[in-house]
Order: sequence, then C-alpha cells, then structure tokens
Amino acid sequence: MTQSVVVQVGQCGNQVGCRFWDLALREHAAVNKKGVYDEALSSFFRNVDTRSGDNGPDIYKGKICSLKARALLIDMEEGVVNEILQGPLRDVFDSKQLITDVSGSGNNWAVGHKIYGCQYRENIVEKLRKTAEHCDCLQCFFIIHSMGGGTGSGLGTFVLNLLEEEFPEVYRFVTSVYPSGEDDVITSPYNSVLAMKELNEHADCVLPIENESLFEIVNKIHQMINSGKLGSTVKPNSLVTSSAGSAKTLQEKPFDAMNNIVANLLLNLTSSARFEGSLNMDLNEISMNLVPFPRLHYLVSSLTPLYTLADVNVPSRRLDQMFSDAFSRDHQLIQADPKHSLYLACALLVRGNVQVSDLRRNIERLKPSLHFVSWNQEGWKTGLCSVPPVGHSHSLLALANNTCVKPTFIELKDRFMKLYKKKAHLHHYLQIDGMEQSCFSEAVSSLSDLIEEYNELDATKGGPRIDPSRLKIAV
Amino acid sequence: MSIVTVQLGQCGNQIGHEVFSALCSDIRGTHGLCSKKENESYQDSCKERFFCEEESAVPVARAVLVDMEPKVISQTLSMAARSGHWKYSSHSHFCQKQGSGNNWANGYSVHGPRHKEAIMNLVQKEAEKCDRLGGFFTIMSMAGGTGSGLGAFVTQCLRDAFPTSFILNHVIWPYGTGEVIVQNYNSVLTLSHLYHSSDALLVHENDVIHKICSQLMNIKQISFRDVNQVIAHQLGSVFQPTHTAGGGSGYSRNPLGDLMETLVPHPEFRMLGLRNIPQMPENSLPYSTFSWPGLIKHLRQMLIANAQMEEGIDWQVRPPHPGSSIPSRNKPLHFNTSIANLVILRGKDVHSVDLGSFQDPSLYTSWLNPQDAFNAWRTPRAFNKYEKSASLVSNSQFLLKPLDSIVGKAWNMFASKAYLHQYTKFGIQEEDFLDCFTTLEQVISSYTNL
Repeated sequence: MTQSVVVQVGQCGNQVGCRFWDLALREHAAVNKKGVYDEALSSFFRNVDTRSGDNGPDIYKGKICSLKARALLIDMEEGVVNEILQGPLRDVFDSKQLITDVSGSGNNWAVGHKIYGCQYRENIVEKLRKTAEHCDCLQCFFIIHSMGGGTGSGLGTFVLNLLEEEFPEVYRFVTSVYPSGEDDVITSPYNSVLAMKELNEHADCVLPIENESLFEIVNKIHQMINSGKLGSTVKPNSLVTSSAGSAKTLQEKPFDAMNNIVANLLLNLTSSARFEGSLNMDLNEISMNLVPFPRLHYLVSSLTPLYTLADVNVPSRRLDQMFSDAFSRDHQLIQADPKHSLYLACALLVRGNVQVSDLRRNIERLKPSLHFVSWNQEGWKTGLCSVPPVGHSHSLLALANNTCVKPTFIELKDRFMKLYKKKAHLHHYLQIDGMEQSCFSEAVSSLSDLIEEYNELDATKGGPRIDPSRLKIAV
Repeated sequence: MSIVTVQLGQCGNQIGHEVFSALCSDIRGTHGLCSKKENESYQDSCKERFFCEEESAVPVARAVLVDMEPKVISQTLSMAARSGHWKYSSHSHFCQKQGSGNNWANGYSVHGPRHKEAIMNLVQKEAEKCDRLGGFFTIMSMAGGTGSGLGAFVTQCLRDAFPTSFILNHVIWPYGTGEVIVQNYNSVLTLSHLYHSSDALLVHENDVIHKICSQLMNIKQISFRDVNQVIAHQLGSVFQPTHTAGGGSGYSRNPLGDLMETLVPHPEFRMLGLRNIPQMPENSLPYSTFSWPGLIKHLRQMLIANAQMEEGIDWQVRPPHPGSSIPSRNKPLHFNTSIANLVILRGKDVHSVDLGSFQDPSLYTSWLNPQDAFNAWRTPRAFNKYEKSASLVSNSQFLLKPLDSIVGKAWNMFASKAYLHQYTKFGIQEEDFLDCFTTLEQVISSYTNL
C-alpha cells in the first residue's frame, strides 16, 4: 500500500485541506469499525504513540492510538492555520508540520514565489523529507492551493518545483482553484498566469476548480432541499457539501460547503487506491491513462450524486441517472461543457454497489453523444471500488481530459492581457528581486502555447476519420 | 504430472482463485455420474495435478501469486482460506507496495528485473514440490501493467529457467470499449513478447464471456466475479483429468504436453480459442437434458461459423466443398479455417459419441492429416454438475478478427504518438513498438492466409 502527502498552501489551500482531513476521518471511521490501524488508513494517516509525548514512535499495526495527518500546512499568514490548530482537528496535526509567517503575500505571486520561496526553502525541504521518511512507500503529493492570490499561487508553485527536484519519482497532483471573473483581487490574472507556467512544466496532473461552479452546485442543492419538491427527505450526511457527522461542530462558514465538494473530490480520487474493489484504479494509473501528451494534463472533474434520498431502494434507473449527470454541464467543477468539446480521454471511478455490467451499459449509452479524438475512440479508463462514500450506496467520479478547459484558459489570458497592456500594477512585481518583464512574457507565452495545442486538437473534431495505413508484411 | 499456476496481477489472481475454487468444488461434488473407482481415480488425478496434500488435510493449490500491490493478493488468500476446502500456501506469494500503473514498460523493464530473483525462487519452490513437473500455466490480463508487462517478463524467465517445460499462457483480452485507455498498446506489447517465449496462448475475451453471462446465464447485474466464474468453469472443463485417445486406461499424465502436441504443430500459430457447451444457470441444470448428437452438432457449427456461444449461431456458414483445393481468398466468407482442434467430452455415455464430423478435411488446412489435426479426450466423469459437457480448444481463425482490431486501434494511437512518453520514460522506445507491431502483423497475415 502506498502513502500520499497533502501539501496545503495559502488560505484557500488550508481551508480546503482542513475540510479534506475532517471528511477523511469521517470516511475511515465509517469503514473501520474496529479501530484497528489498517493499510487504508495508513495512506493518509500515521499512527503515533503519544503516550511518550508528541515525538512518539509510529505504530504500524494494531489499535489506533493517535492519528496524525500526512500533511504540510503552509501559510504566510497565521490566521487560518491557527484556527485549524484551535479547532477540533488540532490533534491531527503537529507543530512540526506547519510553516507560517505573519505578514502574508499581499496577493502578489512574486512575493510568494521569490521572497518566501527563497526564505523558507530549507525549512520546507526539511519538513518534506521528514514527512517522506514516515512513509513506507510514498506515491503521491497532493498540492491544494488557489491560483489568484499570493501565497497559494506563488509559494504553492514554488513548492511544486521543489517537489520535482527533491522527489522526482513521486507523482504531483495539484488541485488548483481558479479565480472567477468577478474576483475581488485585481491582480489575480497576473498571479494565475504566472502560476500556470509552473503547473504546465512541473505538475503531473492538475484538477482545476472554479468557485463559480462550486457556488452553483451549492445553490442547486439548497434549492432542491428547500423547494419541497423531493417527496422524501435527503440524508443529511449524504450531501456532497455537508460536514454532518464530521468533527466540525461549530457553525459552518460560508466557504465550507464549497470546500467540502473539493474535499470529496480528493477522497473519491484516492478511494480505489485505499480500499478494495473488483477493478482497482491507482493514482499512477490515472496519470498514465489520462495524460496522452505531457503538457495536456488538465483534468475536468465531476462528482455525482450530489445527495442521496433517504429511501434505500436504488433501482437501476437512478444508477443510470448518476452516469448521465456526470457528463452534464452543471455537475462539472469548472465552468465547462465537456459534452460539446473533444475528449482526449475519460476516467470513471465508481464506488459502492455497482458492477461491471452497469458500467458497460452506461458507457454504451453515453458514448454516441460524446466526441472522442480520432486516435482514442474508446478512450475510457474505469475503476470499481467496493466501498461507497459516507451516506451513499454508490457514487461516481468522472475525470475528463477534454478541450473544454480551453475557454477557462482563454479567459484567463484575456484578463491578463487587459492588465498587462496597460502595465497596471506591474511595478509591484518587478520591484521584487528575481522578477523581470521576461517572467511575464514567458508565462503568457506558455499559456498561449497550451491554448494552441488545444486548438489544434479541436480542429480535428468532426473531421473525416482517416486511419493511418497498417504495416504491410511480405507474404 | 503437476502443473504450477502463476497468477499475475489483479485479473490473474482473481481468476486464479475462481479456477482453484471450481476445481475443488468439482472433485468434492457428488454428481460424478460414474463408478466409485472412476471417481476416485479422477479426484486423485486432479489433486496431483493442481494441489499439494499437506499435513493440514486441506489441499494446497500449486500456485504462485504475484502482484505489484498488496490488496488483491491479501483478498485472494483470505477468500481461499475462508472456503475451508482448499487454500494457498502462505509462502507462495510476492507483492510490492505500488502497482505498475497500467504501464507495460513499468511492469516489464522495471518490476521484472528488480523482482526476478524473488519471484523465480517462489516458482522454483513450487516446482520442487511436484513429483513430476508437467509445466506452467500463467494467468494474466494483457490490458494492465503487471499481468501484461511483468507477466511477459516472467514468461521469459520461465522459458530460460525451465527450457524443457511446457508453458501455457492464459490471456484475458479486455472489453473492446475500454477498461484501460492504453490497453491496446499493452496488448500489442504483451502478445508479441509472449509469442517468442511461450508454447501457446489460450485466450478468453471479456466481451464474449460477458455475453455468455447475460444471455445464457441470465445474470442481471454482471460482476467481474460472475465473468471470472464462467472463465474458471471453461478452464476446468479443459484441464480436469481425461483419458486421452490412445492413453490406455488411466488418466492422462501430461495434459499440457498433450495439448501442445495436438494443437500447436507450427510455431507461427499459437493462439488457442476455447468454447464450451452447454452453459446455463446452475438452477436450470436439473430441468435440462441434452443429447450428444445435438451438442456435437452445435459445437461443430460454433467452430465453423466462429460463434461465441450456443445461441445466435449462423447456420448458413458451410465448409468449402470437400475435395477441391480452394485458395484461401476464395473460401466462403465467415468460414473459420482450423489448423487443429481438440474436443473434450465429459459425462454420461461419452464413449458412444461419434465425432466423425470434426474429422471432415474441409474444416482444416491441408498440412496435417485430418486424423492428426483432430483429437478427442473423454471421461465418463461428469464435470461441475453438467450431465454432459463438451469443450473445444481450437487453433483456428477464431481470434483473427479481435487480434486485427486490437492491432488496428493500437496502430491508430501509435501514429498520433499519444501516450508514448509514458513508455519511453521506462525504456520502451518507438522502435520496440514497431518490432511488436511487425510481429503481430505477421501473425495476422499467417492466420488470414490459412
């Protein structure tokens, strides 16, 4: 069994990360009734003997003593991390996993990347090494951050670079929250584009998330619950947005519902690596199957169902609805419509009481309405995990490498150019040691190249299918 | 003689478990329909072939379990132990912590060499436990990374370490519509490598078995377990003990050797397909009766028309006019030409069955005498509660179309260079791919021109 380490950077990263750990504990508590520290738990948690204080040895088998998250919490302001440490999750982290500062990055990528990066480099490397040493077989780093700010964006991508240098064999999965058009941080386009260049070059897989989509999903759920349309009640802990049943007992903060969705995304992504199933899908398989060319590693994700009705009977029709929903526009975690764009590859990870025939039936059903690139007409990667998420009898995570990410990138570039043409706020960046105009031009060029690669693929969509001629053998 | 089974990857281990389960439940069953003496002889033969008797009194499967991650093996071991009727040896498995990531190159070039010694040690130990080693049976899928890549490497190692033993690879072909996106690459790499080291490839296609589950077994929500159980039944119907034609009164001592001898006369042609009838849900068995003429007629037409199961057979297909030498391109379309066939009959009245229709020369190529091209094994002992059952192992054009389809799709993807970076980073270069494509195009061409 392998282990994964979560590196949460910045305010957004830490808030999402906090929800992730909370829900992870909830999930394992539901599955692991006997309180035994098993391999599934070990993928994200250490079991520490705290009787001799915080520096106790790791216990690899037997009863759970004290679970510690395999995580690194990094923020250049203290507020968010302090809150986590005073909250119900305080025992899950220890002081050796934190890196904080006081003044923040001022929404400036350069401050996060160049100044704090330089300053904290050794500290970060040392703490990463320590975390890695506690792992028997470290497979993957999960970075959670936002793109629009200074710390998550700048320092987060600095850490990404570091991970590639220090741990080249370990996968780097990045969950990035992209700013929306109405973002209140004026310089968010600069920060995002500068960060994109790093993601292009150093990440194995990126799961882009847009706040707008999360917000719409949360609204949709509220409407469904409050409309009274549902005949029966919704199981509270089945909401993909809910914290019910987790350690969090204080009043939910406004972003909690949205962050829970991202947390659930990560839990579902790793479920087949942690739990058993008839067709396992490990993290290295995700990268292998969904990344046909090194730079095209942006995966659009969708989670269904968003909630479960309280009645237990799940006829096959509802199961099929779950598959249909996964491809609908309003279940995607970015503002995109994969159905009308071109698929390079698609992965379906199903959890719970679903069998291969259900999977096949739905793939056959949905295939005709989807456009796949000519060299990957049957480009489906599937996984079946027996353990469903809390509150559901089954669930589906769809990951698509689809050209529908292109509009998000194009908009980002447009917003960037609007500011850049007028050189607005540029001096805040250029006055930082190590920053030059070329950083900007290279970054936007990298983004343009990426957009162009998607354009070229889109151009092949719907065109005539000419299969290359096969090798001829002399008879 | 004993057969050592090597279960590779998730698929190999899941199927392997079902196979040993089926074999064990068959010999423990009371539906043998034959004399006590016959039954005992059958049980002893099966046990010698597949199980090791240890003091524990529960038979221990002669198997080595290999996987690059631990979840499946631990499940497999515990499921076997829980059955109470058989188990795996506690020292016969090898696993690592991180899987092969569906990457053939990772399985073949990285895991293979790294773990060769450990794995071959386990195989050696199992081989030494056999009084007489009859050969190796490997179970693997070709779509993933471990079964396919590491499986190809292990097969090569087996060939090097046991140059005179028979090696039969049981290969699972994935669903046409993706289980793994790079499955066609992995398949091409696997098949071409196996062709160089193994004696024969016995193939099961997931799509075909799935259809059997839905149309013949009436299973509504088909799980991989259901698919694997049908596969296990079909394998059992071939490998459970039988009397070979000229073998005298005892059970055949050398099943793998006999199989190779009858079915693989030429090294260019090693792909074996498997058909088994009848196939039905267990609870329908008491209400069904079959006649041997009916079963044989269906089985023969399944061979000629390349039908995947006993429903939906195309009865229009006929062999070409006997006696005339027709060049292959003029043969009637859809007719499945055979190089060699083996029919295995189990159950009531087997010795009275007339198999003359399978010896019709028009079914075969002209290289072998029809007497040599066709063989039959029989036993009066019924298998797995089927009063009468017949299996066909065929070296014919059965797999030509599926093989061509896989190679075509892989070539299509290769032309766009998609995913190649994932393989080159583990040492498999474009030239290696080209070599594999060439090997398989040769195989396709050979089978097409039968």
